[in-house]
Amino acid sequence: MALVLLVAVAAASIAIGAKPLSLGQVWHGVFQDSGTFSDVVVGERLSRTGLGLLAGASLGLAGAVLQALTRNPLADPGLLGINAGASAAVVTAITFLGVNSLTGYVWFAFAGAAAVGVLVYALGGSRSATPVRLALAGTALTAALSGYLQAVMIVDDAALGKMRFWTVGSLAYANNDILLQVLPFLALGMLLTLFLARPLNALAMGDDTARALGARLTRTRALSLGAATLLCGAATAACGPIAFVGLMVPHVVRSFTGPDQRWILPYSALLSPVLLLGADVLGRLLVRPAELQVGIVTAIIGGPVFILLVRRQRMAQL
Amino acid sequence: MKTPRNGPAARPVRKGPPVKSLRTRGGLSVRVEARSALVVLLLLLAALAASVVLIGTGDYPIGFADVVRTLLGEGNPGQEFIVNDLRLPRVLVALLVGAALGLGGAVFQSVSRNPLGSPDILGLGQGSTAGALFTIVVLGGSATQVTLGALAGGLLTGAAIYLLAWKRGVHGYRFVLVGIGAAAIVTAVNGYLLTKADLVDAARALVWMTGSLTGRDWDQVWPLLALCAVLVPLALVNARPLRMLEMGDDAAGALGVRVERTRLLLMLSAVVLTAAATAAAGPVGFLALTAPQLAKRLTKAPGPNLVPAMAMGATLLVVADWSSQRIFGADQLPVGVLTGVLGGAYLLWLLVTERRAGRI
Repeated sequence: MALVLLVAVAAASIAIGAKPLSLGQVWHGVFQDSGTFSDVVVGERLSRTGLGLLAGASLGLAGAVLQALTRNPLADPGLLGINAGASAAVVTAITFLGVNSLTGYVWFAFAGAAAVGVLVYALGGSRSATPVRLALAGTALTAALSGYLQAVMIVDDAALGKMRFWTVGSLAYANNDILLQVLPFLALGMLLTLFLARPLNALAMGDDTARALGARLTRTRALSLGAATLLCGAATAACGPIAFVGLMVPHVVRSFTGPDQRWILPYSALLSPVLLLGADVLGRLLVRPAELQVGIVTAIIGGPVFILLVRRQRMAQL
Repeated sequence: MKTPRNGPAARPVRKGPPVKSLRTRGGLSVRVEARSALVVLLLLLAALAASVVLIGTGDYPIGFADVVRTLLGEGNPGQEFIVNDLRLPRVLVALLVGAALGLGGAVFQSVSRNPLGSPDILGLGQGSTAGALFTIVVLGGSATQVTLGALAGGLLTGAAIYLLAWKRGVHGYRFVLVGIGAAAIVTAVNGYLLTKADLVDAARALVWMTGSLTGRDWDQVWPLLALCAVLVPLALVNARPLRMLEMGDDAAGALGVRVERTRLLLMLSAVVLTAAATAAAGPVGFLALTAPQLAKRLTKAPGPNLVPAMAMGATLLVVADWSSQRIFGADQLPVGVLTGVLGGAYLLWLLVTERRAGRI
């Protein structure tokens, strides 16, 4: 079922865009590429769709892992400021250090994501960390980091020209090079995450029980944080900060799988790209022939969902 | 027969700063905390001194004594023009904006019961920004229209957050989280508007978004002053109920506080003040977050500390404006950059200490 949805959205993402193509042309472009104009269009949409699939899956997984790790239903790479950390580091690299290639600044994205990740974990790991406090800390961090971004952009007009598009989160600049460059990092992160499902299940029972069951707490936590950093950092480096995907999807998944991470994680990986690509297609349709960046669409969908989650009397316990 | 009570328990020793009560014969009494009063006095003096220094700073420096003489109406015409028409309104806007943001921040932090729950983090700053961006980018409006747009944006966002957080009363935590959600949505809209703009508009919008005092004149002073004159007393009258609200809704209700009404009035005045301040100077980063906290640490008094927060906000903004002119040169960078950087550092420190104290 999830797979069917995924295929449908991917197909829509290839078929729909500013240049209307018939289904025949799409078919031709995908399977018999001969270099005509419509084939080139399809080729670009293919890499965009590929990036959307990968980035969506990573953000969803990262969200699920963070929610399990901090045992906090409101954890999300965007809300906790991890994406903002990655973008601040990338902007620093582009503006001050003259790094221009994705391979160069992806390392800065990791560093930024890791720094904020460790900070958030340090806050979230404490016993009195409630969802509210963690979310507030993340939002405040995001505010500080975006203030820094603004300062950089005011000083440097060229940076403003480039960064104002990147900082909203978009799939529009995808090409095969970007895809290939982030692929190894994302694949590593995803693999790592899928192996973490069982230890994370143990973690959900509380530290003492988990230890009694033979789980290695420190190792699990460090690996989870590492995986989330890899996934968020690479996804942010490739398409800019995208919020709320990692928040919404695990909640939807949990509603039909129950609390078992062995189901939550794979389903999150399958359904998050559905959301991300769906949002991307929606963004292309809404203001044709221009487009809304996918980060904006996810925030506009995700914000109300977030508020709904908050208004529900009993926030889903993890 | 009563047993005589001996030992230290017999005499309760009051800890903390001395508190005096002013009483009138009609039975009215006002608690005056000596340390708070002293802090407010010192902060006001500091604000005054910094203002005079700030007026003297610029491309045409004027000495301390000359500034004071000109302000008292005894300067020469050239200095009078520079001081009264160019620099005084800017300083007044800074003082008023600082005070308004300080008060708004104190009220919000008290209502949300969290030192991070300030209006700029809960979406009000972003809301005002959205209004201003919309006016700049879509309507291509003048400075006055941008101000009005920002005011409308802030008020709408505030109303939306309050209504969405309403569910048999507004709870601190729901209020905070709804605010965060709203902030995220509005930030996305702002990002979209910024990508729609051409580069010149985008640069103008960005300076506005950071918070700047450049080129403020009397047109900004009067509306802000009028709003402050109405809303600040309204908030201060409710300071005592607010302090009781910090003990929890039930306890406050038992003490005779009309919980929702008090909260609505306070939030209303805080939202309007914040929106007006933001409309006048842009969302100056972190001022509303830091001013109440710093004030509280100076006075060491419990409760929301509304008046010290106002004094602290005014002082901070004037000092920040002066420092940013000294460090970066006159009007090179908007003051929001400096408050943002300092606020970020302060935030880190706050997170660390709050965690150590087990409050986060």
